[in-house]
Amino acid sequence: MQTSADPELLARLYRTLYGIRRFEQTCIRLYRQGHIRGYLHPYLGEEAIATGVCAALGEHDYIVSTHRGHGHCLARGARFDRMLAEITGKATGYCGGLGGSMHIADPDTGNLGANGIVGAGIPIGVGAALGATIRGEDRVCVVFSSDGAANHGTFGEALNLAAIWNLPLLLVVENNQFAVSTPVHKASRVVDLFRRGEGYGVESLSIDGNDVLEVYECAIDARRRLLGGEGPILVEARTYRQAGHHVNDPGDYMPPDQVEHYKERDPLTLCRRHLADDERADAIETEVDAAIEAAVDFAHRSPEPAVDEFLREYET
Amino acid sequence: MTDVVEPKSASRTLLFRDSLNEALRQEMARDERVFCIGVGIAERGGSYKVTDGLLAEFGPKRCIDTPIAEPSIVGAAVGAAITGMRPVVEVLFVDFTLLAMDQVVNQAAKYRLMSGGARSVPMVLRTQGGVGDGVAAQHSQSLEGLFYHIPGLKLVMPSTPRDARALLVSAIRDDDPVIFLEHKALYMTQGPVPVDEEVIPLGVADIKRPGRDCTLIAWSNMVPRSLAAAEELSSAHGIDVEVIDPRTLVPLDRQAILESVRRTEHVVIAQEAVRRGGVAADIASIIQADAFDYLDAPVEIVAGRNTPIPYNRTLEQVCIPQTGDIVAAVRRAVYA
Repeated sequence: MQTSADPELLARLYRTLYGIRRFEQTCIRLYRQGHIRGYLHPYLGEEAIATGVCAALGEHDYIVSTHRGHGHCLARGARFDRMLAEITGKATGYCGGLGGSMHIADPDTGNLGANGIVGAGIPIGVGAALGATIRGEDRVCVVFSSDGAANHGTFGEALNLAAIWNLPLLLVVENNQFAVSTPVHKASRVVDLFRRGEGYGVESLSIDGNDVLEVYECAIDARRRLLGGEGPILVEARTYRQAGHHVNDPGDYMPPDQVEHYKERDPLTLCRRHLADDERADAIETEVDAAIEAAVDFAHRSPEPAVDEFLREYET
Repeated sequence: MTDVVEPKSASRTLLFRDSLNEALRQEMARDERVFCIGVGIAERGGSYKVTDGLLAEFGPKRCIDTPIAEPSIVGAAVGAAITGMRPVVEVLFVDFTLLAMDQVVNQAAKYRLMSGGARSVPMVLRTQGGVGDGVAAQHSQSLEGLFYHIPGLKLVMPSTPRDARALLVSAIRDDDPVIFLEHKALYMTQGPVPVDEEVIPLGVADIKRPGRDCTLIAWSNMVPRSLAAAEELSSAHGIDVEVIDPRTLVPLDRQAILESVRRTEHVVIAQEAVRRGGVAADIASIIQADAFDYLDAPVEIVAGRNTPIPYNRTLEQVCIPQTGDIVAAVRRAVYA
C-alpha cells in the first residue's frame, strides 16, 4: 500500500493512534492492579476513527463521545496525565475524579463529554450544533455513536432534527460489530447501517474505519461541506472491537477467525504501511511510552478529591 | 421568607399564562442566549398560549417548533445549554416528560458533577401537570416527586401569576437545570402582577395568609384550595390558619416552614400528588426531625389517593384533595 499523503500528517496520526492504543493497554494494566474501579470499555482496534475524525476538526468544533470514549478524548487533545488521573479518581483529573472513565468531559477543548447511556449523546450533539447555528458561528459538531446506538430511539429522532434544521452535525457510527455481545446481524435486518440516513434525507456513507487516512480524508470533506451549510452527514465507519465489551468481558462470543481477520487489518499496522518509515514509527512509540509512564506516575502522586468540598458543592 | 406586602410598584391584573409569556418575552429580549423550543410553541403559540407572539417578536431561530420527539428535544436543549445557550424547553404535559427522563435525570441533572464543575446546564424545562377537566390517566398526573428525588435538579411550582412570572425569570437566569411545573388549572386564573420587572429568588417561601393556629403548607393548585379552606376554617370554626407556599420545592425554604411550625405548633401539608413517596412525606420528615418539640399533634398530610387518575368526574375528584378534605385535616390537627 503506497500513499502520497504528507509524511508529517501520517506521523501525527500515528502518534495519536499509538497513544490511544498504549493508553488503553495501560488502563487495563492499572485496572488489574486495582487502581481503576468500575467499568472500563477499551477502544482497542477502533483507534483510527477518533484519530482520523478529530485530526480533521477545527479548534472551535465540538465532539460528543461515548462510554468507549478514551480515544475520542485523546484524539481531541486531552493529556495523558489528566486522563489517567480522572480514570483513577484523582482530584487532578479532567472532572476532579467525579466523572470517571465513562464521564470524561473537557469542555475547554470542545469535548462535551463521554456518556454512560448508549444513544444519549446524539441529541446532545444536535443541541450543540443548534446553538452554534442560532449564534451564527462557523463550527461543527461530531457525535460519535455506534451500531448499538443505531437501534436506539434517539438515533432516528436526533438525526431527523438535524436534518430538518440543516445542522452542521457529523454523526459517526462506529460499527464495531457488537452491541455489548449482540452481533450487528442479529440486531439489525439491514447490516449496512449507513443506509438508515437516507430515510431522513441525510447524506450517508460507509468507510473503512480501520484506515486512518481514509477516515481523515472523509472527515475533512465532511467538515468542509458542513461548514458550507449542506446539512448533516452520517458516516458509518466499519471497524472491529479487538476485545470484549469491557475489561472483564473475555469476549467468548467473538468468532476467532473474525478476530484474526481484523487483527491483520489493525489500524496501527495500516498506518505504519502508509508511513513506510519504521524508524520514525518506533521513535514515536518510544516517546509516547515515556509520556504515558510519566502520566501513570502523575496519577499515582495526585491527591484524592476532598469530601467536604464535594458535599459543599454538590449536596442540595 | 418574604413579606406579604403588595407589590411596591403599580400592578395590573394578569392571567397566569400571560404572566409566563411576559417573563419569556422579557428574558428573550434581555439575553440573546435564551430561546424557546417545543412542540407547537412557535406557529401555534403553545397549547396554553404561553409562548404566543414569541415567534413574531424573536424569529424562528429563537422560537422553535419541533417534531414530537421528547427525548431528543430535551436532549438538544441539554446540548445547547452546555455550549452557552439558555434554552427554555416546553414539554406539553408532565406525563410526556417520562419519555425524556434519561435526558433529564441521567444527563441534565448530572452534567455539572460529571464534568467536575466545568460546565452546568442552564436549561429550564417548562411543563404542565395536575388534574384538569377529565383529561384522564395519562394527562393528569402530579409528578413533582420524581424530580424532587433527583439531586442536581431544581423544582419550581408557582401558584399565582405574580410568582409565576418572577420565578420563571429566576429559573431562566439560574445556571442549573430547573423543572418548572405549571398546573393546568391555573393558566386561566388571574392576579396582581407588578408592572415593573421582578425577580423572586429560588428557595424563598411565601406566606400566602398569616395565621396563628395551624401551618398549612401547600404549593401549586393546592394553594387556592388551601386559602379557601382557611377562610372557611376562620369563619365557621374560628381557626386561624397560616398558609405557606414554598413556591420552589428544590431548593426548599426549610427555615420559613420551621419558623411557622414553631409559632403555630400544628401542621397540615396538602399536595395533589399521590400520598406514597411524595414531597409532603419528606417535608413531614423534616418537620419531625427539626421541630419535634414544638408539635402539639401529628403532622397531617392531605394528598392524592394512591391510584392512577380516573376519567369519571366523581372518581377524579375523589382522587385529589378538595377544600373540604383540607378543612377536615386542619380540624383534626388542631383538635387532636
